[in-house]
Amino acid sequence: MSFTSFDAGWWPFVYILIAGWLATDFWRYAGVLLGRRMNENSQAFLFVRAVATSLVAAVIARLIVFPSGALADTPLALRIGAAAFGFAAFLLGGQRIAVGVGSAVAVLIAGMLMGF
Amino acid sequence: MQSIDNDAAGEGTALLWLGRGMRRILSLPALILMSAFVGFAGFARESGVELVHAVFMTAVIWALPAQVVLIAAIKAGMTLVPTFVAVTLSSVRMMPMLTALVPRLRAERTRTVTLLFLSHFVAVTSWVMANQFIDQVPRRFRTAYFGGFAVTLTTLNIAIVAAVYSFSAAIPPLILGALFFLTPVYFLTSLWATARERVIKIAMVAGLALGPVFYLVAPEFDLLLAGLAGGTVAFLLGRRLPDGKAGEGT
Repeated sequence: MSFTSFDAGWWPFVYILIAGWLATDFWRYAGVLLGRRMNENSQAFLFVRAVATSLVAAVIARLIVFPSGALADTPLALRIGAAAFGFAAFLLGGQRIAVGVGSAVAVLIAGMLMGF
Repeated sequence: MQSIDNDAAGEGTALLWLGRGMRRILSLPALILMSAFVGFAGFARESGVELVHAVFMTAVIWALPAQVVLIAAIKAGMTLVPTFVAVTLSSVRMMPMLTALVPRLRAERTRTVTLLFLSHFVAVTSWVMANQFIDQVPRRFRTAYFGGFAVTLTTLNIAIVAAVYSFSAAIPPLILGALFFLTPVYFLTSLWATARERVIKIAMVAGLALGPVFYLVAPEFDLLLAGLAGGTVAFLLGRRLPDGKAGEGT
């Protein structure tokens, strides 16, 4: 039963609902039910936040190191260099997010224009 | 639920905070996410996914990595069960994210069904932003504020996918590349900006370092493993380090 198995207009929507919505919102609901019992000041809560933060950081690293689409054609060193430059500018610029994002993208574009 | 027009404490009304939340849409991160969805529309089209299906999956999934995994599976002709497994693995991260957000989001009388409804609109961008602003909102209006922001953000991006799909092929690769790059760099800076405790900062650095390693070792479980390993290391290390206790910010 793949996406194109049935020649019916409703099938792709059912496929998306089961393999997409259910597969994702299940975890959201589980997280809510678990979080409802959690005390904001407990050590357990700090631990869960550390795990969530680490996980989001891994998402960031994946997007930079193993990107998809148009970014995949740029060299790894340029992407890491641009991100590192942006992060340094962010720290030096008084932790202003716009400064970090702007300078990282500027370095990336400059690198792409120079033919890297 | 809070009553709409009761302003006894001088903190405003639920409706006011809902509106303030909606206004958060006019911000850099919301703009960055919108550009990421421009990229997604292009990716869906390139992969032969129809416009209605791309719009539908944005609405019901609302998690960019899961949507990319789903489209890759569709393209590869995968059957329902393996696709479900692949998508669900990419979405496990929602659980710790929600568990970490809910205690800060809810007030004493917040109903579970309200939280379940709002949870659908939690993805990385709204999560990072909520961590930034939620403490400045009076507790009983936090769900209204977050709802105003997050539901608007989702709705807007559904509209963007619908609007951009047709002419996404005309966007030059240089621009698309820059648009794709905005997302990780925004997450990188804002996650650091919202990490007040030492444990959370160590967790972030650990996740950045461990993510690619686990991707190479176990690409299906990389995020989950990096989260668990990085979070555990940070929790143990951050509590043991001298000078500064866990839970205290700098």
